Amino acid sequence: MSDHVDLHVCPNGPLLIRGAVGVRAPDGTVHRTERPVSAVCRCGKSASLPWCDGTHQSLRTPIDEGERR
Amino acid sequence: MTTVVMTEAGPETGLPRARGELSDAVMRALTGALPWSRLVEVTATDDEDALLTLWIAHELHHRGLPRFADAEWTPELVVVRRRLEGELEQRLRARAEGHQPESATPDALLDFVRQDAGPSLSAYVQRSATREQVLELLWLRSIYHLKEADPTTWTLPRLPGPARAALAELQYDEYGGGRPARLHAELFARGLRACGLDARENAAIDDVPVEVLEMNVTLTMFGLQRRLAAASIGHLVAFEASSSAPSRRMARGLRRLGLPEEIAAYYDEHVEADAVHEQTAARFIAGAMLRADPTVADDLAFGAFTCLDLERRFAASMFRRWGVRP
Ligand code: FES
Ligand SMILES: [Fe+2]
Ligand SMILES: [Fe+2]
Repeated sequence: MSDHVDLHVCPNGPLLIRGAVGVRAPDGTVHRTERPVSAVCRCGKSASLPWCDGTHQSLRTPIDEGERR
Repeated sequence: MTTVVMTEAGPETGLPRARGELSDAVMRALTGALPWSRLVEVTATDDEDALLTLWIAHELHHRGLPRFADAEWTPELVVVRRRLEGELEQRLRARAEGHQPESATPDALLDFVRQDAGPSLSAYVQRSATREQVLELLWLRSIYHLKEADPTTWTLPRLPGPARAALAELQYDEYGGGRPARLHAELFARGLRACGLDARENAAIDDVPVEVLEMNVTLTMFGLQRRLAAASIGHLVAFEASSSAPSRRMARGLRRLGLPEEIAAYYDEHVEADAVHEQTAARFIAGAMLRADPTVADDLAFGAFTCLDLERRFAASMFRRWGVRP
């Protein structure tokens, strides 16, 4: 499909990344994933940073407030 | 009361104990003690008997009951299976009517799951379940987790292109991304073994309550019937979207009780994996189906409702069994 992408911002959710990646955290640690698709937390509240753990679901203020589709 | 059977060997046929006339008859037909032609005359004693019969018929399509693999497409058995599936589907649709979400866009499905307020087994496991109760829960869930993701694989070739690509990507992760040791079913088996439980597929079948039978045959029916592909995907979305946070609570409860790391690892994996799967299932699979054919909305919603409703019924039955108020 022509609109197929490798990075996908989920409304009020994580950033999806297609393919194995390494993410360097602020403290310098590198987190690696070999999943076909990974979800990077955008709300900052995950207990498994840098990855999303679904915590964004229970936030009182959605990440993209006012942008809900 | 807990009846966790540890390593007792099942009968060598692998057949479960009958729960009524029809399940008894189907097993007699499988072992040659009843002519297949007689099977269609038998009626089920009750829903539990019907669901176990269906479970046996479905198991022939899965990996279970290998001694009877030749019976998979026996016409009389297919007749009975279709009749039982018809009754089950009718019951599920009646439950969903007026309760399933009105819209089936990705965000509507995810919101529907978020607003679900059913009794939570994982919250109970995290805070106060006993070791015995948790082992019993793992044991009863093993019927599904040891064939995790399999029923949904049957849906794969029925989907339009973009949805098919996205489901293949999700299932690849469920099946370990090419590494057998990372198969989710294998992660669960390893956890069971570490807990001292029998990890052979279907070892728990004689202990599961009717709610577990209903959960399992529903998912297999959604997978086996092309007509129900959208219900299968609606179920998938709700299943994945109701997994990350409960998996985190399960892992915490398992560690609170000092249960083996191997079983906690299964739930750790699902915190992260299902945070991805809920997004891809809703947006790339269900969303793509809906774009290709807007008339699938109703069945996407039906599948999502049914997933949550069956889990709610299972949770309620466990709390009743334990004499606990959720
Ligand atoms: S975006 Fe999902 S937990 Fe932060
Ligand atoms: Fe899984
Ligand atoms: Fe998953």
